[in-house]
Amino acid sequence: MRMKHLLALFLAPWLLSAALANPFETTLKNGLRVIVKEDRRAPTVVQMVWYRIGSMDEVDGASGVAHVLEHMMFKGTPTVGPGEFNKLVAAAGGKDNAFTSRDYTAYFQQVPREQLAEMMRLEADRMRHLTVDPKEFEQEIKVVMEERRMRTDDNPQSRLFEQMNAVAFQAHPYRRPIIGWMNDLENMSAADAKAWYDQWYVPNNAYVVIVGDVDHREVFALAEKYYGALEGRALPARKPQVEPAQDGTRRVNVKAPAELPVLIMGYKAPVLHDVDKDVDPYALQMLAAILDGHDAARFNKKLVREDKVALSVGIDYDATARGPGMIYLHGTPAEGKTVADLEAALRSEIVRIQKEGVSEAELKRARAQLVASEIYKLDSMFGQAMEIGQTESVGISYTKLERMLERLQKVTAAEVQSVARKYFIDDTLTVGVLEPQPLDNAPRRPAVATRH
Amino acid sequence: MKIAMKKLLTATIALLATQMALAGVNIQHWVAPSGARVYFVESRVLPMLDVQVDFAAGSMFDPRGKSGTAALTRATLDLGAGNRDETAISEQLADIGAALAGSADTDRASVSIRTLSAPEKRTVAIDILRQIVQAPRFDPAVVERERGRTVSALKEAMTRPDAIAGKTFWATLYPAHPYGQQATPESVAALTREDLLAHHARYYTASNASITLVGDISRAEAEAIAETLTNQLPKGEAAALPAAPVVASGKTVAVAHPASQAHIMIGLPAIERGNPDFFPLLVGNYTLGGGGFVSRLMKEVRDKRGYAYSVYSYFQPLRQTGPFQIGLQTKRSQAREAIKVTREVLDGFLKSGPSDEELAAAKANLTGSFPLRLDSNKKILDNVAVIGFYGLPLDWLDRYQDNIRAVTPDAIKQAFARRVRTADLMTVTVAAD
Repeated sequence: MRMKHLLALFLAPWLLSAALANPFETTLKNGLRVIVKEDRRAPTVVQMVWYRIGSMDEVDGASGVAHVLEHMMFKGTPTVGPGEFNKLVAAAGGKDNAFTSRDYTAYFQQVPREQLAEMMRLEADRMRHLTVDPKEFEQEIKVVMEERRMRTDDNPQSRLFEQMNAVAFQAHPYRRPIIGWMNDLENMSAADAKAWYDQWYVPNNAYVVIVGDVDHREVFALAEKYYGALEGRALPARKPQVEPAQDGTRRVNVKAPAELPVLIMGYKAPVLHDVDKDVDPYALQMLAAILDGHDAARFNKKLVREDKVALSVGIDYDATARGPGMIYLHGTPAEGKTVADLEAALRSEIVRIQKEGVSEAELKRARAQLVASEIYKLDSMFGQAMEIGQTESVGISYTKLERMLERLQKVTAAEVQSVARKYFIDDTLTVGVLEPQPLDNAPRRPAVATRH
Repeated sequence: MKIAMKKLLTATIALLATQMALAGVNIQHWVAPSGARVYFVESRVLPMLDVQVDFAAGSMFDPRGKSGTAALTRATLDLGAGNRDETAISEQLADIGAALAGSADTDRASVSIRTLSAPEKRTVAIDILRQIVQAPRFDPAVVERERGRTVSALKEAMTRPDAIAGKTFWATLYPAHPYGQQATPESVAALTREDLLAHHARYYTASNASITLVGDISRAEAEAIAETLTNQLPKGEAAALPAAPVVASGKTVAVAHPASQAHIMIGLPAIERGNPDFFPLLVGNYTLGGGGFVSRLMKEVRDKRGYAYSVYSYFQPLRQTGPFQIGLQTKRSQAREAIKVTREVLDGFLKSGPSDEELAAAKANLTGSFPLRLDSNKKILDNVAVIGFYGLPLDWLDRYQDNIRAVTPDAIKQAFARRVRTADLMTVTVAAD
């Protein structure tokens, strides 16, 4: 930290307490939480409304309804006509969109700061007063089917990922794609979407995250004014639907028009529940950073650059989720190499950590990247709002974010080695392989978070 | 300790907030002794620095028959430079938490770095960037490996309907201009290290470079960085442009593909950077297909008929005449109907332009959203780098809102009539029945 900044702090000690309280939070009587992070860098603000409802709350036969409802949320209320929501945001100089994930559904607007009140008015209106018009639904469901064709049916990697999850999970709803199976979309009705809305869109199932050039006291007053009158309602009980233990490797192959094969190896892994007591999710995050955190990290250096067994390779792990976790190794074999070669190479990198552990230098490097990324993330208000919203979505308070970072930085080499031994085991492994097919075959048909 | 630092930083942000509350961006511009043009925006709020070096070294300068030269040169540029091999570069960057980025497009080859501004971090980052820009190794083994990876990626792309549509679209619009010359597995496989060295020697020169710096450094520090990044580069001369694209008359190109959705692109070569038609086209296109969820195309194609998830139109001004493009994807069996609706929307717009209400809405959004274009260092960097690279006026951002307000309905109609001539429109479909 530079001297100048320190000096400025001593000259204005009253600022310190204010800044330490940032973000600020209040809960309205109807149960709606409002979290405000003041960031005065530029005269703009982002509002996000997060609903604790995602595709994992759907039931068989109605897959995709969370996402379809997200689309319908732009189709009007008694006071705001169909398509008017977008028009009003645009008139305010804003951008808006929404996204649905397994765990949550969220809506956002980025606007000049003067327009925040109008955005809050609009979001409050559609929180309880949505019209699900059958005529609008009839057109919009076609749009969602086109979205599925584009994102999944015509995208070989997405289809592989969809199939992987359908095999890796058997009881837990993570087995269903967020966008929904095509046949479920074909048989969905406006009444299904309306029922979903009526059941889940209430202030006590939502929270608002606002980051930008605002005074939190003014925002709290606006929140009371616009959201305060909405009535809360008791929510239905949610069944845990715990995934039974997996006892043996599962394999799934997908054929699709493509040139290159793809391999995904997904291992069941824990997610963070107790920020202070859990150890393994932090250790898995550091393991991922050591394997794939930069271009000369183990995976790319050994498998792409030195041994040339892969064209590309990576690792994905989300330490937070409402449902069960997985850690995915994935890659594409280099020309002349097979999927089996790549699988063996990925396994040998895991075995290397299981046997020899990781070095202090590697951990130090991963920590340096973490520290820098904490500064870089302040360059984006949207990113800061996303971080708060996603953390809250799994039931972890945003006030724990610093503690999570601290825990991450304290991960030891022994802990990394321990999770490598504990979770990379064949019995909980699911292997997915994309088998490329020539283009001139018979016609066939293109998830992660989807967007409105 | 590190946590405490973060809290201090938050306090600092609150303190400095008042200094930020002004519109526009103060761009300082000078020419470095090396001859490189420099654009600097001092931003002290966050302890970080972004530096981008742009060379007029994009694919438009690929020699005939050697398509892919610019892309492969850029892809291998940062994989070993000076006394650092590719591993040293990656590890040292990771050690200081810095990251490289950049790529080559039709016009530009860009290298950028994001680093913390603390001197012990920044110095390492700048030294790495200096070597990458001035002394890339193009190690033979690295070139061979990256060439192979590029060939594989191109083969994969040629199976994807969206990639095929994009490549076919550019090839159809620019049959005789380098913008239409696409890298193929064959053209890339034939490239040699000498091709890359020649491209680098010719185009990665000081006269051909613009440098953009945004962040927590002083003017004097920015001057020193710009000079150190370029003082070992040959002065060279500004790149000579190929002959301007010649517009051919419109036609339809259909590519067969087994995908479930047809990919449709409609357009033609339309406008170059710096042309005064830019603002009338920008404002007009907002109503046609640029205004996200509120455009006419979105209303007719998506909202009313459910034909597509995504439908858009935009102008992409380039160094030479860049394209106007409409794009959408729809179930393959309804491609013809979707094209018909799209053309009706376009023709209607060309005939009468936006209504008064639509024009007012376009202006309200484009001027009102201006602060959102500049609310992060990254966005400022992107905007200023474009201004620098294309030689736009330094007050381009300051005058942006006024230029939008000044657009008249007649100006829109006339600019569209000049730039979007229906007889010249190309239509490309992939996987349409």
